[in-house]
Amino acid sequence: MTRISAFCAGWVLTIVSASSAWAQELPTPSFPVPWQLNMQTPASPVAEQLVEFHNFLLVICTVISLVVLALLLWCAIRYNEKANPVPSKNAHNTLLEIAWTAIPVIILVVIAVPSYRLLFYMDRIEDPELTVKVVGSQWYWTYEFPDHDISFDSLPLQDNEINVEAGQHRLLEVDTPLILPTDTDIRILFTATDVLHAWTIPAFGVKLDSVPGRTNETWTRITIPGKYYGQCSELCGINHSFMPIVVHAVSPEEFEAWRASEMAANHNTPDDANRFAALIQE
Amino acid sequence: MSTTATHAHDDHHDHAPKGIWRWLNSTNHKDIGTMYLWFSVLSALVGGGLSFLIRLELGEPGIQVFNVVGEMMGSEAKQFYNVTVTAHALLMVFFVVMPALIGGFGNWMVPMMIGAPDMAFPRMNNISFWLMPPALILLVLSAFMGKGAGTGWTLYPPLSGLAGQPDMSVDFAILSLHLAGASSILGATNFITTILNMRAPGMTMHKAPLFVWATLITAVLLLLAMPVLAGALTMLLFDRNFGTAFFDPAGGGDPILWQHLFWFFGHPEVYIMILPAFGIVSHIVSTFSRKPVFGYLGMAYAMASIGIVGFIVWAHHMYTVGMGVNYRAYFVAVTMAIAVPTGIKIFSWIATMWGGSISFKTPMVWSIGFIFLFTVGGVTGVVLANAGMDIVMHDTYYVVAHFHYVLSLGAIFAIFAAFYYWFDKMTGKVYPEWAGQLHFWTTFVGVNVLFFPQHFLGLAGMPRRYIDYPDIFAEWNMVSTWGAYITMASTVFFLIVTLFVMIGGRKSVANPWGDGATTLEWTVDSPAPFHTFEDTPDFTGGNPAAHPAE
Repeated sequence: MTRISAFCAGWVLTIVSASSAWAQELPTPSFPVPWQLNMQTPASPVAEQLVEFHNFLLVICTVISLVVLALLLWCAIRYNEKANPVPSKNAHNTLLEIAWTAIPVIILVVIAVPSYRLLFYMDRIEDPELTVKVVGSQWYWTYEFPDHDISFDSLPLQDNEINVEAGQHRLLEVDTPLILPTDTDIRILFTATDVLHAWTIPAFGVKLDSVPGRTNETWTRITIPGKYYGQCSELCGINHSFMPIVVHAVSPEEFEAWRASEMAANHNTPDDANRFAALIQE
Repeated sequence: MSTTATHAHDDHHDHAPKGIWRWLNSTNHKDIGTMYLWFSVLSALVGGGLSFLIRLELGEPGIQVFNVVGEMMGSEAKQFYNVTVTAHALLMVFFVVMPALIGGFGNWMVPMMIGAPDMAFPRMNNISFWLMPPALILLVLSAFMGKGAGTGWTLYPPLSGLAGQPDMSVDFAILSLHLAGASSILGATNFITTILNMRAPGMTMHKAPLFVWATLITAVLLLLAMPVLAGALTMLLFDRNFGTAFFDPAGGGDPILWQHLFWFFGHPEVYIMILPAFGIVSHIVSTFSRKPVFGYLGMAYAMASIGIVGFIVWAHHMYTVGMGVNYRAYFVAVTMAIAVPTGIKIFSWIATMWGGSISFKTPMVWSIGFIFLFTVGGVTGVVLANAGMDIVMHDTYYVVAHFHYVLSLGAIFAIFAAFYYWFDKMTGKVYPEWAGQLHFWTTFVGVNVLFFPQHFLGLAGMPRRYIDYPDIFAEWNMVSTWGAYITMASTVFFLIVTLFVMIGGRKSVANPWGDGATTLEWTVDSPAPFHTFEDTPDFTGGNPAAHPAE
């Protein structure tokens, strides 16, 4: 009897704490600002490296574009028909041609080194601490924690259900967000039930297609707690613009509490029901 | 049949057939080229109009334009938006850029540039063109059959399969692309045969003009890529109608197979659209700098290597489908390698201008605009080539900005450059310089205001092919739509001026561009007579079109 009451007390406690964990207004560390020019604030090691790598590429791109622009402008000023009435006949310069073949090759190698390091780093991890499975359907997401028998649909909120005062955003909110722990190596698996979809949270540097008949894999490790948004990123039909993705990143303890409560609430799964029945009998 | 008016004055030079049969039964490369150009203009009006609708819709958050348009078209707003995006892309790729650059300018100029009287297979040339109008009709029908084909131009199954689009719309789109593909294959064989066999005596390949090189390489790419698309389309057609399961996992198929087949065609396809533009820009830069093209052989072989490497980079369109990391690593390497021959071309154009005596006529400013904007589109291409980086950009507006910089501001700028460059030759009229300059500067400002902010939207995370977007993206979308207004105004101005010039313009001369223009088409009258080079020019003693004073 004491065991049952202890179980019930724990159950109520976790429900309360868990629901408060995702009912409270979470900060949105990566939400874009008006007139935003660059990538969203990173919230995972991969995204941090992506931002860093992009800023590096941006410098190279800008310099190359400006050099080409400067050369064109110089030609326009120095070699227009007034400034230079008699054109030269020079159409060859072997050294120059070697230079503008070799220098781009060097620049590309300089780009390739960090690019490959990043590519292999972001691919997958050996020993995930948590696995979540994402299933795309027209036009909502289903999330499963296969190791914990948790599964639920995440349906988009319509415009008239959006509470702007509470900090909600049109086209981005769902009824049940995905809860994930921070500071945890999370493996994410993707599949779909009907057509192609693509799940993304830009702040995590994660984007992968959900393909029917296939399971794709990637990983993330969230560094900042808060609320993160993404949107379906593969044309999936009429409501492609209307299947948002919301992740609530909470501390591992809060996540653990939520997970326990979800599992306990999930009476319909045989595993849980058996465990619960066993407890009652004691 | 406004084409008849354009060419009526040809009649007294030669004995051109009269009336409708001149066009329906035409075997004349110039007439067929003219029909291709008009066809391209017609498709551009529709395809450009659709893009303007898209920008109007995205000018502010919410769905406002397509509510009305969708209802007018008897369709639902969100579905009709997808239909519009699909039709815009297919029209621009298959019915605007390809017919203009290859069918239009290729047909008009390649035989004249090599001193041939016509194409090798004039009747096949005729059927190449006349397959295109039915293809266009089928494509337009695909937008109205059932719910309309709203799959994107990439036609990814299962969305393009029975599960996603159970009505007939996608079947119509497939048949449309089959016809357009057959047209391209016939045209490609014609160009290859013409260029390999009908060059003037003494004109070795290493003396052939760069536009001829560009067309030859483009034709080879078409000949190798189009059958792959045809095969993939047929498999999709069978999946939809005859119970096969090539792309259906439930029957042991795989949707990713489609993407491999599609992009094995699709990536060479983007070079098919840009290589003729490279050729055109080389001629214009050389003509108006009054210098030969710098590093001619390097230019020719840079195009050839772009063409070859273009066949082994296709899966860089598929970095997020879940390919193994080693495959992605390979595609990063080969994709970045394409930047090298492209860089050679950019620098060679600048070196052609260097030391020249440049006159900034309309075709030249369009070409300089091309060089700079293609560079901007090129460097964002290098960013996207990195499979890791691409995870952030894939399917966002960054990609939209990138490919519009290389195609809309690349291929289309080259089409305008070629239009102004050869306008005298094709119509015998002088295009007023002020109008061409005004058209260039307004378009240049318009398209940059339109497409540059899309880089920012993409980096901030706005996905592409969206009818409505979170309010946070409103500002840059508003700016982008201002750019669309400017571009549209500029285009309307261009159409009106062109109409007036074609009806009442001043008469031009054989070579309006002076001693920088050294290809054979400038040795014949303007407009080019109905039959040219019945007596073959002789290249054995050097280029007869080069000016002796040089």
